Amino acid sequence: MPLTPLQTYFPIGLVLLVGSGLALVLLLLANVLGPRRPNAAKMSPFECGSVPVGSARDRFGVKFYVVALLFIVFDIEAVFLFPWAVLSTELGWAGYVEMLIFVATLVVGLAYVWKKGVLDWAE
Amino acid sequence: MLSSPQRKPFSPRAVLVITLAVGVLLFGALFTGILVLTAAIKPVMIAAFLRQVVGVDPATWPHTTLVTWVSMAITALILLTFGAVISGATVWWEMRVSARMQSRIGYNRAGAGGFLQWIADAVKLLFKEDLIPAEADQLLFRVAPYFVMTGFALTFVALPFGEGLVAADLNVGIFYMVAVTALVVVGILLAGWSSNSKWALFGGMRAAAQVVSYEIPAGIAIMVPVLMAGTLSMQGIIRAQGAWPWQWFVFTNPAATVAFLIFFISQLAEGNRTPFDLPEADSELVAGYLSEYSGFRFALFFLVEFGNLWVMAAVLTTLFLGGWQIPWVSAADWTAARGALGDLPGAGWWGLQLLSMLVMVLKTLVVLNVIVWIRWTLPRIRIDQMMNLCWKYLVPFAFAAFVFTLLWQVLLARVPLLATFTGFIMTGLFVAMAALFGRQVKANIAASGDHVDLTNW
Amino acid sequence: MNVTAEQVIFLAFAVPLVAAAIGVVVARSPMYAAMSLVGAFFCLAGVYVLLTAHLIAFLQILVYAGAVMVLFLFVIMLLSLGGEGQQLDRLKQLQWLGFVLGGGGLMALLAWISREVAGAEMAAVGPDFGTIKAVGRALFTTYLLPFEATSLLLTVAIVGAVVVAKEKI
Repeated sequence: MPLTPLQTYFPIGLVLLVGSGLALVLLLLANVLGPRRPNAAKMSPFECGSVPVGSARDRFGVKFYVVALLFIVFDIEAVFLFPWAVLSTELGWAGYVEMLIFVATLVVGLAYVWKKGVLDWAE
Repeated sequence: MLSSPQRKPFSPRAVLVITLAVGVLLFGALFTGILVLTAAIKPVMIAAFLRQVVGVDPATWPHTTLVTWVSMAITALILLTFGAVISGATVWWEMRVSARMQSRIGYNRAGAGGFLQWIADAVKLLFKEDLIPAEADQLLFRVAPYFVMTGFALTFVALPFGEGLVAADLNVGIFYMVAVTALVVVGILLAGWSSNSKWALFGGMRAAAQVVSYEIPAGIAIMVPVLMAGTLSMQGIIRAQGAWPWQWFVFTNPAATVAFLIFFISQLAEGNRTPFDLPEADSELVAGYLSEYSGFRFALFFLVEFGNLWVMAAVLTTLFLGGWQIPWVSAADWTAARGALGDLPGAGWWGLQLLSMLVMVLKTLVVLNVIVWIRWTLPRIRIDQMMNLCWKYLVPFAFAAFVFTLLWQVLLARVPLLATFTGFIMTGLFVAMAALFGRQVKANIAASGDHVDLTNW
Repeated sequence: MNVTAEQVIFLAFAVPLVAAAIGVVVARSPMYAAMSLVGAFFCLAGVYVLLTAHLIAFLQILVYAGAVMVLFLFVIMLLSLGGEGQQLDRLKQLQWLGFVLGGGGLMALLAWISREVAGAEMAAVGPDFGTIKAVGRALFTTYLLPFEATSLLLTVAIVGAVVVAKEKI
């Protein structure tokens, strides 16, 4: 009686439910047990005890955005490596060459980013 | 609490007995539960159980599905409880080790050696006021811990504890692990943004930038053991390794050693562990994305952070350190011990399972301990150093290790003995390095006029 | 596999999926739109699992719910688009255009589905359909050229990111 493909996902669904359920129950319990005496000082954002200055929703450096873009590109690349790694023996020499070309192209991309100084955080 | 002045304190002996009882009972129950249930929730086992113990035909019995679902739910609950408990125990261990390393006393109030401190802390946090800042985004502030919590909980589905001891041996195993941990990043960003506090936002941004950056070298480093095993299944990767150190992936291929180090460093960074704790650097960012969280919402983040250490260590053990493999026990022995597939396995099989769990847990604890040492040894690095290390060192080296492994596998197909040969040499090198390290430590201790004192532990 | 059980699971994913997708469009705050999108991605992954597209399901979570989402959140924070809704009056007319076009597209799709697909038996697939091996095999043999072209495309994306970012620094 092997598992049908769908059945292998049941544990995942259950853990998802039980995990969020556990968090919910614990938070509800804390809600019931804990005191509730809010005041203005408590409810203000923490700024080392002084009155908060300005808004927290400030603009951020563009570097973070570049990091996220680089991440997407290389993440997609890593995603392609997974099926290839599983099949590497089956694909043989043709497979190796395919993957070398693929990786080489991306290494060129990395080298470009490096040379352009995007990776230098402290400018 | 145990030694409060109003009450007659327990004698030290009684405290020791109580602590030992709590520790042994708690971990005994959890490990037994994991051993029995993760092995038993496979449909074959449930069918055999119903036929041989309950005495009904599983194919026609109306409650077969119900039994399956209930046992799966209990397993999920036990695995999550284990995650929470191991997280607490890790906090205790970390505090004790750090105290020793800094010549402090550390936890010593609740229970013998302060072992019950994490339980006291959890109960305390349960009774704390649950504050949500007035300017925070009420909904997203509440949602964020769930992202982090489910991302953590989901990893336990594919985390192996022994030969047959895994909730679901997914054939995309390690890929699944990478995918679900991506959830935690979204939770962290959400926590940082919704708090509407400068510390939290900055911590969240730093954390996200760090985690996503280090996911790249980690992802490429994972390819090395996957390539060597030819499968993504966690159990499959372990089965492709042997029990002895010279049969572990980390030692059978020089590139795998590099990949191991890269993956280890990346895991530290993804877990926001020192030296990569800049997202929650308490001396500059208060507590980073956690700054505005209090009470049990904070406890959930904290639980995940320390529980992740176990996951980290177990994944490292699985990918590179031979997992649960027991010396002198081959795949054929496992099949022989299992007996007929339709029957419930005998005591020998359960004994082997217990042994494999012991091996896995011990290795995981050793790795976990190294992670704890590192936290109390290294200082925090700067954000530019963090980015440099990732993109200029780890990513290129990971690519190099990957390409090397490609060629290595081709070579191995012709000269299979090469792996054994390399394994012996690398293991020998490692033992020599460990010996040298030990000698240096001994010399350093002697030179500083200090001495090792384990009596007042 | 029981047909009704599959249908129940499908509805359990499909209804929240549509709800989340509507949420993405309707939400006033970009942050809430992004969060609805995460929900939609998850439900979509569930639908993929039902279609036995295992690899695609996990890709959906890893690449979209993980990577793309992080980029979206970064952009929202980068532009400091706050939690309060952005009033874009000049887009009011465009809303109607979008509504008409979207509704028309949906109608066309439904018409096509009811004509072509409805009533037809779904073709049975092999046991390894949609697994990482099967998809990989197709990717690295039949679709080799698109696969290699992807690496080129990714490199172009890197260059584009650098150019865009460098201008702003």
